[in-house]
Amino acid sequence: MRLFTHTRPILTTAVLGLATTALAACGSSSPTTVPPAKIKSVVLVTHDSWVMPKAVLADFTKKTGYVVTVRASGDAGLLTNKLILSAGNPDGDVSFGVDNTLGSRALSNNVFAAYTPSSIPAGVAAYNLAGDNGSHLTPVDHSAVCVDVDLDWFKAHKLAVPTGLDDLIKPAYKNLLVTESAAASSPGTAFLLATIAAKGTGWQDYWKALLANGTQVAADWTAAYEGGFTQGGGKGTRPIVVSYNSDPAAAVSNGQTSIGVVKSTCFGQVEYAGVLAGAKNAPGAQAFIDFLLTPEVQKELPGSMYVFPVVDGVALPSDWTKFAYQPTQTLTVPAADIAANRDQWLQTWNDIVSTH
Amino acid sequence: MALIVALAAVPVVVVAVFFLLPVSGMVDRGLRPGGHWDLDAAFAVLGRPSVRSAIWLTVWTSATGTAISVLLGLPAAYGLHRLSWPGRRLVRALLMIPFVLPTVVVGIAFQELLGEGGLLAGLGWMHTGWAIILGLVFFNVAVVIRAVGASWESMDGRPAEAAASLGASPWRVFRTVTWPMLRPSVIGAATVVFLFCATAFGVVLILGGVRYASVETEIYLLTAQFLDLRGAAALSLVQLVVVVLLLVVAGVSRRVADPTVVRVPARPMPLRWIARRSPGAVALSVLSFAVVTALIALPMGTMLVQSLRVDGQWSLANYRAFSQPNPILGVSGWDALLTSLRYAGIACMMALSLGLTIAVAVTRPAHSRLERGLRSGIDALVMLPLGVSAVTLGFGFLITLDKPPVDFRDASWLVPLAQALVALPLVVRTIVPGLLGIDDRQRQAAATLGAGPWRRFWTVDAAVTWRPLVAGAGFAFAASMGEFGATSFLARPSSPTLPVVIFHLLGHPGTLNLGTALAGSVVLALIAAAVMALVDLVRVPWLGAL
Repeated sequence: MRLFTHTRPILTTAVLGLATTALAACGSSSPTTVPPAKIKSVVLVTHDSWVMPKAVLADFTKKTGYVVTVRASGDAGLLTNKLILSAGNPDGDVSFGVDNTLGSRALSNNVFAAYTPSSIPAGVAAYNLAGDNGSHLTPVDHSAVCVDVDLDWFKAHKLAVPTGLDDLIKPAYKNLLVTESAAASSPGTAFLLATIAAKGTGWQDYWKALLANGTQVAADWTAAYEGGFTQGGGKGTRPIVVSYNSDPAAAVSNGQTSIGVVKSTCFGQVEYAGVLAGAKNAPGAQAFIDFLLTPEVQKELPGSMYVFPVVDGVALPSDWTKFAYQPTQTLTVPAADIAANRDQWLQTWNDIVSTH
Repeated sequence: MALIVALAAVPVVVVAVFFLLPVSGMVDRGLRPGGHWDLDAAFAVLGRPSVRSAIWLTVWTSATGTAISVLLGLPAAYGLHRLSWPGRRLVRALLMIPFVLPTVVVGIAFQELLGEGGLLAGLGWMHTGWAIILGLVFFNVAVVIRAVGASWESMDGRPAEAAASLGASPWRVFRTVTWPMLRPSVIGAATVVFLFCATAFGVVLILGGVRYASVETEIYLLTAQFLDLRGAAALSLVQLVVVVLLLVVAGVSRRVADPTVVRVPARPMPLRWIARRSPGAVALSVLSFAVVTALIALPMGTMLVQSLRVDGQWSLANYRAFSQPNPILGVSGWDALLTSLRYAGIACMMALSLGLTIAVAVTRPAHSRLERGLRSGIDALVMLPLGVSAVTLGFGFLITLDKPPVDFRDASWLVPLAQALVALPLVVRTIVPGLLGIDDRQRQAAATLGAGPWRRFWTVDAAVTWRPLVAGAGFAFAASMGEFGATSFLARPSSPTLPVVIFHLLGHPGTLNLGTALAGSVVLALIAAAVMALVDLVRVPWLGAL
């Protein structure tokens, strides 16, 4: 409040007093057991989907002495662009949530400082970003965006479950698919990339055929899944949705799942963590990345964020082992191609759906 | 004079640091890449067909949404604030609910109503301009009702009665006596509503679907997805120019207020009495009231019903789940609600202290042309934040408030301050008409009788502006409870607020999650309405005498 050094008549002072009291009142944070002199904070910049139980973060503080402050806003795309805008003078020390479709862009804008954990658990290296090979970005979790189906609906309507992208444009499946906007939602972007991987230069025609076959494009995952999908919480009427490979595990009752995954449609997603270039607390950021690869965090990932651990041999929840589908083969687009063409693809996609 | 200048300086500095600086920072990044101006490329953006149609869509949906909000809101404001009938305070509080609901929840509620399989699916409105307009009116009609109602409530009814006793028809009374007195507050409310409509984001995205883009969604896309700061800056400038024009027009048309309007403490008329005298007015009020209620109750009703259904059965399971500590977030819905209330209280205090300061400064009798110009300048400055894209503001914070002396990126009070800035124009717009209606001779009389400046303020100004002030407080509170646009780009408080919990639940599969999110939204809506109702009941003893 050192902005107001000029005249201070009584009412101004009173108003400011009121405001500062208010500010002071909200500055309270949860008390910690570590004596204040020893507290060193490490700031995590992430997206809205980041979730980690408080107890786990408290363990990190116990082990390292660093307290984690979480700054979450927007989705992965917004996060990446925020990091690029503030590259060199970041709003934190470490970031989690930049994925394989955005990693190259972040790296070419010098968002991340070089860091590789000294001991990498088995299985992690398989998810390294091509071209970076773990020098800046450390894989933390993986998942796949796939076409999911409501098995109950297909059984009740005596219709065969679609087996691939080509089925989705057949008359038998007219008006059954709901997907997300590729321009405004990360699963939407992933599905667009899946169609580009599968159809190559023919992807634009494929999308025109999808739209002609009554495909609905919703604003985001919530609108598509909860609002449009028959297995969502709302009054959805569409039995085919673009969502995640872990969804079958979230729809289990009486030892049966009512959601199936169309196996040939999955696009692999990997989320990375990295030390931000210009971080005030680089050692803290490095310690946090090491911590993300510990079994304690890795086994939390399915329950907290609906994603798979990257470390080999981490036990999954029992429903996950039974029902969540881990594709052996995913559709992929080389990271360099994504970095070069992402915006153009999204722009073209936007033109196709908005003029349909 | 010195006091007034100093008073007005506080909010001006706040708006300058937290609005002008971030926005100019973003525009600078966009239009001066590498330190030299590059306007041609930026304005080439405006030639894109998609951008042109976005500008057009924004203009027509906002204009229509504003017009409908005003047409429905005026008669409803009359019925709710001018007439007294049992339960009107409760209804008033309930009508404020849309204002506190997170857009994503409203989007789902409308989708349940208008989308495939919904009650009104037959209209075929989902993903059309109509759905967008419906959403805009849903959110904004309360603004008109509350802002205009607050001013109508304290209007002296005697001139209108005099006109009526001289044989003027009710319509003529309204046209020649009431309207001139109301006009400033109606124009003020309409301006605010238009700005809200023009910068609506979630409504356009969720209800309009992918075929529709507005300036706001286009800026979001350019900034958040493509990092095309040039295009975003050009569009932000377009937004700014339109907003400034709008404010100039609104300012001019507000200024021609009837100087003889007199403010008195609220004295609503009994409904029976008015119904006998001017049945037309009451009928019109009831009709618009019914439309507003239907518009707000239908989506809210779907939400409420959904929150009470589990697997096709009536059940409170969703509410039980809401009360349990969320296994993942580690807080229960009630904890999150407390956090929300705390933040809303802070935002409320900030908006009120800033708003009152501005209102007092701009309504003192001006002694010179310069002073008058300065005042309307301040007035307009406060409105600006409403007309600028939240994403521009959010990213602007990030790149401009990052070094001393303005290193505020991580300040915990940034979120309530952003919410206070959203509510500030509403606070100012609701208080100013009240203050303008005070005859300066009353203050002079009080001074002659030996009252000091404080005493004068309390007995003369506060008595009349109390209701509008309370209305403004309600807006600030609601804006904060619902977490407005700008705050979604800022770092969230460490303990999750209720909208954050709702958002989180909506982002995960599982039927119970949606149900719990809806239960949380119902709780949020009811608690917010309860707070509004309580605030409405606060009475200030009438100290002055007319």
